[in-house]
Amino acid sequence: MASEARKAPSQFGPRLRRALCGRGGWGGLALQVLFAALLVWLGYEIFANAKSNLQAQRIASGFGFLSQTAGFGVSQNLIPYAETDTYLRVFFVGLVNTLVVAAVGIVFATLIGFAVGIGRLSPNWLVARISGGYVELIRNLPLLFQILFWYLAVLGALPGPRQSISIFNEVFLSNRGLVIPKPVPHDGLTAFLAAVVVALVAALALRGYARRRLFREGRLMTIWPYALGLLIGLPLLAVLIFGTPFSIDVPQLKGFNFSGGLRVVPEFVALTLALSTYTAAFIAENVRAGIQSVPRGQMEAGESLGLSHGATLRLIVVPQAMRVILPPLTNQYLNLTKNSSLAVAIGYPDLFSVFAGTTLSQTGQAIEIIAITMGVYLLISLLTSLLMGLYGRRVNRSLSR
Amino acid sequence: MKRVYVVAGLVVATVLGVQAASAQTLKTIKERGSLSCGVSQGLPGFSSPDDKGNWTGLDVDVCRAIAAAVLNDPSKVKFVPLSAKDRFTALQSGEIDVLSRNTTWTLSRDTSLGVNFTGVTYYDGQGFLIRKSLNVNSALELNSASICVQTGTTNEQNVADFFNGNHMKYEVIAFGTADETIKAYESGRCDVFTSDISQLYAERLKLANPADHVVLPEVISKEPLGPLVRHGDDQWFDIVKWTLFAMINAEELGITQKNVDEMAKSTKPELKRVFGTDGNLGEQLGLTKDWVTRIVKAVGNYGESFDRNVGSGSKLGIARGLNQLWNKGGIQYAPPIR
Repeated sequence: MASEARKAPSQFGPRLRRALCGRGGWGGLALQVLFAALLVWLGYEIFANAKSNLQAQRIASGFGFLSQTAGFGVSQNLIPYAETDTYLRVFFVGLVNTLVVAAVGIVFATLIGFAVGIGRLSPNWLVARISGGYVELIRNLPLLFQILFWYLAVLGALPGPRQSISIFNEVFLSNRGLVIPKPVPHDGLTAFLAAVVVALVAALALRGYARRRLFREGRLMTIWPYALGLLIGLPLLAVLIFGTPFSIDVPQLKGFNFSGGLRVVPEFVALTLALSTYTAAFIAENVRAGIQSVPRGQMEAGESLGLSHGATLRLIVVPQAMRVILPPLTNQYLNLTKNSSLAVAIGYPDLFSVFAGTTLSQTGQAIEIIAITMGVYLLISLLTSLLMGLYGRRVNRSLSR
Repeated sequence: MKRVYVVAGLVVATVLGVQAASAQTLKTIKERGSLSCGVSQGLPGFSSPDDKGNWTGLDVDVCRAIAAAVLNDPSKVKFVPLSAKDRFTALQSGEIDVLSRNTTWTLSRDTSLGVNFTGVTYYDGQGFLIRKSLNVNSALELNSASICVQTGTTNEQNVADFFNGNHMKYEVIAFGTADETIKAYESGRCDVFTSDISQLYAERLKLANPADHVVLPEVISKEPLGPLVRHGDDQWFDIVKWTLFAMINAEELGITQKNVDEMAKSTKPELKRVFGTDGNLGEQLGLTKDWVTRIVKAVGNYGESFDRNVGSGSKLGIARGLNQLWNKGGIQYAPPIR
């Protein structure tokens, strides 16, 4: 006689309890609710307390100051800015300056970091020792010291604008920065840019086609002459049809400084150099760890297939190492972005310097400005993490395929 | 479980505690036994530490005078060095009791920052320091120059006004501290260093060859420098205000560090009021009757302090100029003690 199977008791209650209260049981839930309420109350209390104290001391509060006139100059503004603009505009000028330093710094830090990290594992004794020495020297010196070193000792030692080092009288290097000829846009620019983009896309498509054929038929195609022809020919054609895309504005020494041309201020150069070389030392260690996490057999397998050392690294080892490299690499990117706020020491007008510095001391609205600045750094960091997370998922997917 | 309640209790106490802290500055200072005074990070003549760590200067003397009046000991001052950028936040947050740090009195600072200026210790104006080798004789020849300035100062806005008003181009590089600013100027990053003129003279002493640099004749702004306190404690505001007035009045009445004991015995009605042998003016302020004696014994009168720190008796050698007493051709003037 087959006995009737007893119906399993409903799991809903216990499951809910475990989800909400962990191991603590229902009593734990009560405690959690109490704690959450306490936090909310505390937050409100801090807010209300700050507000009443500000009012009692008659310190201005609120965000109205953002529409007031700033009235001070900023040495590097990549978006148009004049002294008659508002503090809100100053905020954006500073934000752009921070983002530019962070972006350029991240690119260089990654390039140097990968080169040094791979160099440390090089079979070449000299390359390995130099890379090791670089890491040990750079990561053990304070970053602020390195920024000041680049700014005062290296760039500060350059001659003044009147004695500047010039290349063909077009490019000038002095303690006021690097001045290069500036392209001034003309009518043909749009067509020219479109031609460049089309040529790039076509060249990439050609490469993709060649790869597919290589994998399918095992035949290697020579594509570089075609690609080169596309990249030079198309823009040239655009110039012939639509006219010159831009003219060149050559800088000239007038009075104290150069007028005309494009100028890269020394503050930017010093900060970017210091941030990228410093962060690269840490990235190099991440890269080394990542590569060493890939079994040696992979390297040997690649070489026994007849691939060169470089090709084995590029095609087999580094893609597998990326899984280990990526999370700490994200950390380093975040560090670099946050460390860029040391810019104030050398007068580079980043967000922290012009907004949490000058604007704060002119308006005195510490709470609002610090809150905005913290929010922005948080947002930049979260966005960086998000992008790196997406890239990491792609890497993992392609490896598990 | 018990621990949670303890933490919650602590949090409640903290929040309520913050609310309870209010405007009893004088009482707080007496209980603490020292005055917390915000000064510069090292500006010779105004506030700078010597090789033994003793702070001296005109701004420092104001701090010491207040400590003498309140605590009867000019050495009971904790000096808090602050950058131009951080000074107001330090005062607002209660980290310091008084800010005596060559700070320009302006309307927006007096109102929206939640502070009160108590008087003027030094009437100054903004100028330009430049290398002699550049052969510039006037600020109007500075078109397209690079200018070093300390961030968080009125100088930053004045320089923008001056160059725009005269239709000249310029590049401004703003640094966090005075030291970084003067270093960048010395390294040649800037053609010009701009600041209050007294500060230009003081910073020039830090350069390798001070004689190679010259202050241009133009004065492009009014910079009345003085001490300031937080909003919300009128008694403390009065004490700081009248400490400076006492120093200025002492000079006018001829009371000096040397003759103060002698003068205190005077029978002149005016001096009797000042020294508290008649009436209780000091007590009305919340101090003692002999408050002026304490102040002058500690730092001397305004003129003595000026000469010792920035004037003829100092390395800076700045002339009294506007800072001479009103009856001697200057504009230093204090309301009467009566």
